[in-house]
Amino acid sequence: MAETAAPATSYEKNLSLRVSPAAQLRADFETGSVRGVVELSEVAFLTMVGLRINRTSDAGERIVSITGGLPAACGDVSDHGDTSVLWLGPEEFLVVAPREAHESLGGDLIQALREALGDGAGQVVDLSANRTTFELRGPRARAVLEKGCSLDLHPRVLKAGTALSTEIGNIPVVLWKTGDESYRLFPRASFADFLGRWLLDAMREYASPEVP
Amino acid sequence: MLLISCPNCGSRDETEFHYGGQAHVAYPENPHELTDREWAEFLFYRDNTKGSFAERWLHSTGCRQWFNMLRDTVTYDIQAVYPMGTPRPDAAGQRTADTGTASTAADSTTTGSAAPDISGTSTSATSISSTPAPEGATK
Ligand SMILES: [Zn+2]
Repeated sequence: MAETAAPATSYEKNLSLRVSPAAQLRADFETGSVRGVVELSEVAFLTMVGLRINRTSDAGERIVSITGGLPAACGDVSDHGDTSVLWLGPEEFLVVAPREAHESLGGDLIQALREALGDGAGQVVDLSANRTTFELRGPRARAVLEKGCSLDLHPRVLKAGTALSTEIGNIPVVLWKTGDESYRLFPRASFADFLGRWLLDAMREYASPEVP
Repeated sequence: MLLISCPNCGSRDETEFHYGGQAHVAYPENPHELTDREWAEFLFYRDNTKGSFAERWLHSTGCRQWFNMLRDTVTYDIQAVYPMGTPRPDAAGQRTADTGTASTAADSTTTGSAAPDISGTSTSATSISSTPAPEGATK
């Protein structure tokens, strides 16, 4: 199956025909974003890999040599260049990497992880199509999220560089605070439209002047 | 809305969890030797406790791990959160996770005045959250 040798042209054509889960909202995200206040966009086709591995096992250590680390506790994220690993559970992690890391674009991340796992107990699963990525940023981003998330998002509790699996707008989402005023949200593909519209609705009031 | 302290993630809304029924219902050692009635009791019969009740919970939206919880079915007070496979933390620590159903028989007869034995040994709600609460999780 790997050696079907599809011509590069149809290969590239296939890639160009990909439709991201929230592609239909791109124009709405443009018009719904309030510049300098709160902005929303989809980052399509990031490479995501699900890991099921015991961090301290031999296979775990081999995987660490690829990812640069495996986070130890809830909320932790380990960064290694442009690849990050998010803690999802004691033995479950989500690797997030740029789209070029995917084998369909010539990357070798997933293959390297598979080889690192070897015959060790665990899983390496390509989940790139499982979720999409929303980027929400701006001084009002926290206020938008607080309308539908019961975690304490205040910066004294939720620091940049923390990722938590939780609920936003009543759907399961991985929330990753990437900077002081920027967040990445990972909804499953089937929830992307709902969450996108939910966020646009929550952002709407910030387009109007604040009533004193 | 209950706030439940997941041993991995800290305090989260009840909606992130799924209920797993009564805890400490061990699988029979020799299921083939059970009568139909005993098998039915293992499958379907559970205590209907008024007061302290040991039950299983799954943090399905978070870390996807199971844990046990001791909860008062009258007041909804969460008296202890403890790992799967460990005995129910009661006063004397005597009531272990014995096999078979109805391991909490003594409890099922207690009434609203019950649950005096919890406070002594088991973890209270506050001491639970003092186990390494992850940074970034709600307090
Ligand atoms: Zn949890």
